[in-house]
Amino acid sequence: MSLEVFQLTKIYGQQKALDTVSFTAQKGEILGFLGPNGAGKSTTMKIATGYLLPDQGDVKIQGISVLEKPKEISKLVGYLPEHNPLYLDMYVKEFLSFIGGLFGMSGKKLNFRIEELLVLCGLEREAHKKIGQLSKGYRQRVGLAKSLLHDPEVIILDEPTTGLDPNQLVEIRKLIKDISQNKTLILSTHIMQEVEILCDKVVIINKGKIVASDLLKNLKMVSGKSILMLETEEKIDLAWFAALGEVSFQNEQHTALSIAVDDSHEARKQVLQIIQGKQLTLLSIQVKERNLESIFHQITQNS
Amino acid sequence: MRALYWKEINGFLSILSGYLILSVFLVSIGLIVWVFPDTSVLEYGFADLEPLFFYTPYVFLFLIPAITMKMIAEEKKTGTWELLMTSPLSVQKIILAKYLASLTLIIFALLPTLVYYFSMVELGEPRGNIDHAGFFGSWIGLVMIGAVFAAIGIFGSSLTSHQMIAFIWGVFISFLLYFGLTALVQLNIMSPLALFLEELSLSYHYQSMARGVIDSQNLGYFIIVIVMMLGLTNVIIRRK
Repeated sequence: MSLEVFQLTKIYGQQKALDTVSFTAQKGEILGFLGPNGAGKSTTMKIATGYLLPDQGDVKIQGISVLEKPKEISKLVGYLPEHNPLYLDMYVKEFLSFIGGLFGMSGKKLNFRIEELLVLCGLEREAHKKIGQLSKGYRQRVGLAKSLLHDPEVIILDEPTTGLDPNQLVEIRKLIKDISQNKTLILSTHIMQEVEILCDKVVIINKGKIVASDLLKNLKMVSGKSILMLETEEKIDLAWFAALGEVSFQNEQHTALSIAVDDSHEARKQVLQIIQGKQLTLLSIQVKERNLESIFHQITQNS
Repeated sequence: MRALYWKEINGFLSILSGYLILSVFLVSIGLIVWVFPDTSVLEYGFADLEPLFFYTPYVFLFLIPAITMKMIAEEKKTGTWELLMTSPLSVQKIILAKYLASLTLIIFALLPTLVYYFSMVELGEPRGNIDHAGFFGSWIGLVMIGAVFAAIGIFGSSLTSHQMIAFIWGVFISFLLYFGLTALVQLNIMSPLALFLEELSLSYHYQSMARGVIDSQNLGYFIIVIVMMLGLTNVIIRRK
């Protein structure tokens, strides 16, 4: 197991920021770490990098405990903190070679690695600019390059895509996907589409507790009902559609209703048959597939 | 560690305020030693650099905390502290790199004052008639005072994430150790402890080095204070 988080508990004053949080991640996997603001995502990540100490529990990376050997862990982990702190007075290249120096890299090997990353992160044209002059998207790339520099096994990215424009979003996501091969990548976010695009596995945390932890496809399947919305000219009787699933009216006139169904394709055919049979005038029909966003709302609001 | 050391030195010299601090030091010391009539050695009549060694600690009192105040506080403020702490560098090495960088800058600022020595040698009557041992003893004492103030400054910087507060802590603790203890001794109620307090103060050991004898007791005192301050810094950082 590449990364094991075991029974983490962290208490800030009266508040339990983390309450026995456990999960694991494997090589080649992108793990999406989801949760509302203040759920404990960053705290977990900071503990996993050795920056914070937990009150209880431990994090093991390739079997090495972060409590026992935090400095061994730093060599194995590449970390992009939430606000992406950088030395704004430094030039991009200067910054990367400074970070390389901290990780004990030097000479040709370091220069080669920097060139490689500048290309990978699309920073060649910005390499001789000061970091302070770069836009947010480029700073984010510098942060990414920084966290990849020492070729870590586990990459931890804390909200890597906040504040980026739509084009940059696509590029950074592609970059994340590219670098994730043969690595373990953990990424926290509150953007659901991102998880659906990028992640294999999802851990949802709320108020310091893990409320869901599964493969993305399983999670979608478990609560995977689609909603069928239809509207007609005439009044409808709920009983006509009761056989398809849970039915409820959507307006006062009883002309619009929603049906929760398992298979939206099959259900649509049946609905149209019923409508034809009763000779109703169909105004609209639409399917709302259950996505991670609705699962997220459901899970984090109930707990 | 070397990477962090050079980063600090470059960081200081790549901004205007770094040069400003160095020039302020050299200009003020230059004025005191050669121009202001009350303190100028040219008016004094003896080939002696007493004003240099008497006033430099006062200038250091403000100059050194100005150099060290950002060392840790600013990194905490901008979040880059997290970069350092999640690097393989241990806390001790981070502190040491930052300390050595500050010390290098202080020595760098002091080096031009060696020129004063040669000027004095020329001014002596007959030529070269000055207290050589006294000069170098004092000069090394000055370096030690700088080294202690730097350690105090780093400690002050670890207490807070505000540069201004770090500066004030640095000035205050340095002041206490250099002047405060000696001043306390002069209070009557302190008389039983007088010798003990006197020996704890920086100025006592500095003046004793000015006699031109560099003995292990004085050097040991400076080193203990430095190690203690850096050790405290380590404790403060780990506790947070």
